[in-house]
Amino acid sequence: MAGNHSRFRPFWLIKYPLLFLAALVFLFPIVALVMATFRTGRDLMRFGITFQTLIPQSFDLKNYGYLIDGKDGLYLSWYKNSLIVTVFQTGFSLFLSSLVGYGLGVYRFVGRNAIFVLVLFVMLVPLQILILPLYSMMIDLGAMDTYWGAMLPFLVSPFAIFFFRQYAVGIPKDYLDAGRVDGLNEYAIFFKITAPLMAPAFGAMAILMAQQSWNNFIWPLIVMRTTQMLTLPIGLNSLLTPYGNNYNMLISGAAMASLPIIIVFFFFQKYFLSGLTTGGIKG
Amino acid sequence: MKSLTNTMRVAPYVFVAPFLVAFLCFYLYPIGTTVLMSFQNVVPGQTSFIGLTNYARIVDADFLDALRVGFIYTFLTIAILVPLPIVFAVLLNSGAKRLNAVHRAMFFLPSLVSVVVAGTVFRLMFASTDKAIINSLLKLVGINPVDWIMGGAPQAMFLMVMLATWRWLGVNLIYFLSGLQSIPEELYEAAEMDGANPVQRFMRITLPLLKPTIIFVTTISIFGGFAMFEESYMFWQGLSPNNVGLTMVGLLFKRGFQQGDLGMASTYGLVLMLIVFTLSILQLKLFGFFKKED
Repeated sequence: MAGNHSRFRPFWLIKYPLLFLAALVFLFPIVALVMATFRTGRDLMRFGITFQTLIPQSFDLKNYGYLIDGKDGLYLSWYKNSLIVTVFQTGFSLFLSSLVGYGLGVYRFVGRNAIFVLVLFVMLVPLQILILPLYSMMIDLGAMDTYWGAMLPFLVSPFAIFFFRQYAVGIPKDYLDAGRVDGLNEYAIFFKITAPLMAPAFGAMAILMAQQSWNNFIWPLIVMRTTQMLTLPIGLNSLLTPYGNNYNMLISGAAMASLPIIIVFFFFQKYFLSGLTTGGIKG
Repeated sequence: MKSLTNTMRVAPYVFVAPFLVAFLCFYLYPIGTTVLMSFQNVVPGQTSFIGLTNYARIVDADFLDALRVGFIYTFLTIAILVPLPIVFAVLLNSGAKRLNAVHRAMFFLPSLVSVVVAGTVFRLMFASTDKAIINSLLKLVGINPVDWIMGGAPQAMFLMVMLATWRWLGVNLIYFLSGLQSIPEELYEAAEMDGANPVQRFMRITLPLLKPTIIFVTTISIFGGFAMFEESYMFWQGLSPNNVGLTMVGLLFKRGFQQGDLGMASTYGLVLMLIVFTLSILQLKLFGFFKKED
């Protein structure tokens, strides 16, 4: 059952068609989204996604045009905001979380276990519960409606700490000792010797955190106030109003917002999957 | 040499410092403030302590609705998002490598897109008109068009659970696949020699050895289920008819941001945390998680 028997088995004639059918059901909404981008917003508003939607009569790119010139180019501002927040949040979080994970994984020191338990505890506390005090804090800091405000609570990621820690535990101590013999101090050892060794962990976490930041919803919904400052998910969501939904921009905007992650996924699938698993279950 | 041993003693603390700072600022302080506010009537300028009053008036119609939605949603997502991915994982764990990888990617793809994107497609597929795709499919089997979004509690729950299933099945599948890969192949070979059929092998080897992963997925599902907000927000933007989509976080949002009652909202946050931790511990007990340690 487990392992990789690649010899053909008759059972495959039932298994793969069934799996393929199930997988198609899961892929369907994404295909439907892409096909719907060629329909007018009015059509989508009136009928939703229909059987006809799935077979476009023409590949009309008008909806994509609205992304550039609709609402004074607002969509492009949202894209820029999302890029800025994602790049900086991922960068800071990788740097800070790897330091902590490395420290916990490599050194024995008083308080290490207590700190590790705190990391595990914090991983379980849903951010949603703390949004009110965090919101007041952002007001006090003057961080409302700023990129900083959108990033601050995520600059150190407990999950990434955990992941880096699991990875760092496996680094042979000889590497560190070799560095010490060469007269490097502990920080130089991290930057010159061990951080490069942890490259796969950096890859996995970069992808996972960038994806989470790109798709983050509840926090930027609270922090970002003016329409120019919204990130993509919040901006797209703002197109749904009680007075009617701007599906022209929403549908093509949704497709374009998903494109970068899907492209990255196809090139770095391995990192995506290892980012989820390596730290996930092994205590 | 002395400075070197000195840095060795200090360095670990420098390395973990970012977490300690973040913990104090973004966890400990907010949790403290939440506890404090739950005993207060928070009005700008004249905040006053009111003891347990917030806790005393916690049970109202909204709270019960949110609790009901939370329990049903969590129960259903666990009932679907544990067994189904296990079945797919077992099927994808053997056979033709390439084909498996393609299927795995297809299941995983939905978890990549933002909840707003997912919500947009679902709103359109589940639109209330009889031409929309889900209602058209129902018509093929002789069922009348359904008003999915505004039609009532069962339809609303169905939508939220479907959206969650679509988004998270691929992720749980990856967890279970990695769990399966840690099961030694020899166990299956030995069982096969003893004449165990595939069902017996699944029940006696796969399921018991997958237990840590099942516990892990169930735990994150409890937390995710009760802390759900986004799935509901996608369909009703925080204002669902008859509270069919009201969750605990939605209620916290409503009281805190829309009605400005920070004290009451904080109380909901703490109660939510209490429910989630209690249920997780109960669940871990149920699975005998603590037995190993004593």
